[in-house]
Amino acid sequence: MPDTSTIQADGAASRRRFLTLAGGGGMAAATAFLAACGDSGKTMSTASTAAATTTKAAVDGDIAILNYALTLEHLEADFYAKVIASGLLKGAEQDFAKRVGDTERQHVEAIAATVKKLGGTPVAAPMSKFPLDNRLAVLKLAAVVENLGAAAYLGKAPEIKSPEVLAAALSIHSVEARHAAALNRLLGKSPTPDGAFAKPASEQDVLAAVQPFIVS
Amino acid sequence: MSTTHHTDLVPELAAVEVQGVSRQAFLVRGALAAGAVYGTTMISPFVRGAFAAEGMGDVDILNFALTLEYLEADFYRRARKLGLSHEVAKVARSFGDAEQQHVDALAATIKKLGGTPVASPKFSFPMKDEKSFLKLAQTLEDTGVSAYNGAGPAITSKEVLAAAGSIVQVEARHAAVIRQLRGNVPAPDAFDASLDTKQVLAAVKPLIRS
Repeated sequence: MPDTSTIQADGAASRRRFLTLAGGGGMAAATAFLAACGDSGKTMSTASTAAATTTKAAVDGDIAILNYALTLEHLEADFYAKVIASGLLKGAEQDFAKRVGDTERQHVEAIAATVKKLGGTPVAAPMSKFPLDNRLAVLKLAAVVENLGAAAYLGKAPEIKSPEVLAAALSIHSVEARHAAALNRLLGKSPTPDGAFAKPASEQDVLAAVQPFIVS
Repeated sequence: MSTTHHTDLVPELAAVEVQGVSRQAFLVRGALAAGAVYGTTMISPFVRGAFAAEGMGDVDILNFALTLEYLEADFYRRARKLGLSHEVAKVARSFGDAEQQHVDALAATIKKLGGTPVASPKFSFPMKDEKSFLKLAQTLEDTGVSAYNGAGPAITSKEVLAAAGSIVQVEARHAAVIRQLRGNVPAPDAFDASLDTKQVLAAVKPLIRS
């Protein structure tokens, strides 16, 4: 068995050094870079990200994160299904919605399957409702949902314990980012609203933001 | 397990663009369907790839990323001389500025971790007009996304991972915009590919002069 205590001690030491140095200020770019780390430093556990810990707590933590992601993916998949059914988008925009909707369904299936394999129970899809009034409202809401999704994955990635789950989350995270950028551009907004470093969102903020779309 | 399923990757940029993405996306899905396995002996070969195998620490990974960011920053800088149309020139300026910020931030972080930032290689880019610029831009941005996604699980520090995540999200947004400018779908797969160091180096090698 690998000496995980050594690994963790080293990780903690390097993190301490990193944080100490981060607090020292310095170049503006470095400040922006470190700011992108968010508040995770304040609430950090002692387990390092890539250290493959086999504890039940680690597995349970990953299952909880996956179920959080699953809820968001359910909402996204429902959103696009309703958008497509509404007929508010035409031509290339409708095709885009179909393609993205299909992608979100694949995310739902993959995440649910992973939760099961980890011994967890996938959360059920929430009942959703979305204010789909016209083309512009639909596109704006799509952009909100996708930017939020990307920020949500970014916020959770450092907390994931299993390298496999992390790899999967990263492969979904960048796809949500692609969707967000495409929609922002369609609306004449910057595809990179946070500049050179994307900002994460906390679970609390994300759940509050999607609450209006959840019926039950 | 070895990474023999990667070795048939043709070391040409176009091949990475087409083959790498679809096969890797397939692998990600396969791994998800098979379920994640905890513990060091059962790690899927595609996840950690060369990063873990070569024992790369966070500073090594950051230096690898720095090299890619040097390449992207230089690429967009040179594109300014191509006489790009207004919209594309605006995108090139904005993206080039972001890549330079990534360079500065990665170099500063490497120093703060006690490492030495690698020097920038010299690059040459096969582009002569807007069309060839956009084609290469798509390949570079998509490869950048896959490089960060491949490195992510091997990063030890949560802070470094969070920062790498904030950069890869921007690379993905760049890739989507470039794809749109070329009339391509912004997100070709439901799961973005991950590439290991060998694959990434093979992809960018034709662009490195020294």
